[in-house]
Amino acid sequence: MSSDLILRVGTKLILPFILLFAIYVQLHGDYGPGGGFQAGVIVAAVVILIAITFGHNAAKRVAPRGLVECMVPMGVLIFAGTGVAGFFLGGNYLDYSVLSHDPIHGHHLGIFLVEIGVAVTVSGTMVALFYAFVERGR
Amino acid sequence: MELVSSHLPALQIVIPLLGGLLAALLRRGVPAFALTLAVSWIMPVISAVLLDRVLTGGPISYALGGWPPPWGIEYRVDVLNGFVLMLISTIGAVIVPFARRSVALEVGERREAWFYCMYLMCLTGLLGVTITGDAFNAFVFLEVSSLSTYVLIALGRDRRALVAAFRYLIMGTIGATFYVIGVGFLYLLTGSLNMVDMAARLAAAPPEMARAMVAALAFLTVGISLKLALFPLHSWLPGAYAYAPSWATVFLSATATKVAIYLLVRFLFSIFGIALDFRGLPIVEILLALSIAAMFIASIIAVYQNNLKRMLAYSSLAQIGYMMLGIGIGNLAGLTGGLVHLVNHAMMKAALFLALGSLFYRIGTVRLAEIAGIGRKMPLTMGAFVVAGLGIIGTPGTAGFISKWYLAVGALDRGWWILVFLLVVSSLISVLYIGRVIEMAWFRPVAIQVAEAKDPPLSMLLPLLILAAATVYFGIDTRLTAGIAAQVAEFLLGGLR
Amino acid sequence: MEAFLDFADRYNYVITIFLMIAGLYIVVARSNMVKKLVGLSIFQTSVYLLYLEPAKIVGGTAPIIDPAFTVYSNPLPHVLILTAIVVGVGTLALGLALVVRINEAFGTIDDDEIKPQDGG
Repeated sequence: MSSDLILRVGTKLILPFILLFAIYVQLHGDYGPGGGFQAGVIVAAVVILIAITFGHNAAKRVAPRGLVECMVPMGVLIFAGTGVAGFFLGGNYLDYSVLSHDPIHGHHLGIFLVEIGVAVTVSGTMVALFYAFVERGR
Repeated sequence: MELVSSHLPALQIVIPLLGGLLAALLRRGVPAFALTLAVSWIMPVISAVLLDRVLTGGPISYALGGWPPPWGIEYRVDVLNGFVLMLISTIGAVIVPFARRSVALEVGERREAWFYCMYLMCLTGLLGVTITGDAFNAFVFLEVSSLSTYVLIALGRDRRALVAAFRYLIMGTIGATFYVIGVGFLYLLTGSLNMVDMAARLAAAPPEMARAMVAALAFLTVGISLKLALFPLHSWLPGAYAYAPSWATVFLSATATKVAIYLLVRFLFSIFGIALDFRGLPIVEILLALSIAAMFIASIIAVYQNNLKRMLAYSSLAQIGYMMLGIGIGNLAGLTGGLVHLVNHAMMKAALFLALGSLFYRIGTVRLAEIAGIGRKMPLTMGAFVVAGLGIIGTPGTAGFISKWYLAVGALDRGWWILVFLLVVSSLISVLYIGRVIEMAWFRPVAIQVAEAKDPPLSMLLPLLILAAATVYFGIDTRLTAGIAAQVAEFLLGGLR
Repeated sequence: MEAFLDFADRYNYVITIFLMIAGLYIVVARSNMVKKLVGLSIFQTSVYLLYLEPAKIVGGTAPIIDPAFTVYSNPLPHVLILTAIVVGVGTLALGLALVVRINEAFGTIDDDEIKPQDGG
């Protein structure tokens, strides 16, 4: 917990831009460097930054422990669910080409969904790890 | 129905995967257990249908993501892995009712849901290693199962569980990395990761590639041997089995090492078999020497253990020796013996560990000195222990005898009569350690600390009795076990010629 | 000279093998559990190199088809190693978490000091 005014205001100012950058990295992942892993880590960095500046109780108001622990399996579930959707649309498991009327568009959609799942799991895992270590030794 | 039946190979993996994720999301022990039960009971149905189809109609191939093999990841079920899938899923289904009370007691309410999540992830990994036809995908599944296994072990109550899990993590990761190195060599040689494609390309490989092939074989064999705890690479196993939660030990002892053995068999016979007549290499001699060493040394160490879980863990090492012996003998009867011992040992050792789990549930200890007279207080539990123990010894009329019989026939076919002698002697050592427990449990006056003990509730007793009954049943009617194992052995040796 | 050129041709493999053996040695020789994990990571990293070195084709570009390029690097090893890296990170994280718990339970992270405490 820091009482330094510049840090506190600076953190508040920078947070929305970090989140915006995370969204950019997430969505740009189809065409350039980026994707769910990186975006997930950046999102987790937001929570960790809040915890460092305002204390980890403030961070837990933003991202409650229960939510974070649900995000870890939830992201994988989105990934696996995208695969299962392939079953019902007439393809094999993880076949993205049937997700849309046009195979290329289907692959696009599939990867997009999968990357969202990855982002959810990665950010959840990072924050959960952070909480787990922060609470040690108290 | 059509939807389900055409996707069975994928469902075999996807259902436990989704189940594990949902179990973690449920966050409460009872609903997570209900889900685990449902998933574990669906698994053998899928495996049975797959095995039946394979036995009648030949291998099934499933292209993941619609990418045709050899480019995409292929799930391929043939008699060998159909047999192993059946084994894992059936054992899982039989022992899962035991988990409810045992896990609630030993793991604690807060972590129960995570325990079931990890179990289902481990099941996913083990089934995945078995079903996949892609060498690198097998590594990923191997690590899925290993990572969840480390967690399962670390959830044990004793603080030594943490150290055991850490040691296993180090050894397991080295093993997996060796495996990846081996696969890397094969990928460099063949440009393919699909096992069938790889086998075909290795068979056509020019002779100057032989050296790289031998290096790949060496890395793969050592790596997988670490995972399957072949003597002398076994140091992680006794601690891991001794300090893991009782039910986790039951599951791991019955399945984890079996899957590693499957993987080794797959590489030795299906992938290298044609290309590299490994009878020309000393690998057979090495396997034979190590399995015999395991049979004797591990059995002798088992005799001196006072913690019964540790004793059975050493006994498992000895039994792994028998399975590897079958692979080393490498003729029809020997391989059949090794493979059928996968099933028989899974069944018997699961029963023995379940009995210990029941003991722990009732009296809170599994130390030999503290169970005097327990047989009269928990007759059904210890009765089942005796039956399964006789199976481990290899008494005629139990499943253990069948495996040893085939091994002995295989050894005699090769003219290695001394091996038959060694088999008998090592069985006599197992009489010692099983006998110590039986003597303590049945022929001693009832100690004070066990005076209040009684047989565990039905949900725990039933899996134990089923497995003990199976030990006897499969000692008499061997059509399901040895029958299929012989077919598998024939299939494997067909690849060699 | 001949030998030197031979070496220069294959120096990447020498690095790979050096890292492999160094990592494995650390795992075996150190009793500090964190150092063991460091060694394990080095060992795993050497395998990443083993896969990636042959995959890089000099002058090859990322495998996105474009009329301007004719030589592409093989993407498959990169993808495989991306997976292996994730597995490695997972293993390392789990290992470190175990070390933290071991430190809380035993008050030490040295394997040699844990053994006498509990009789192995």
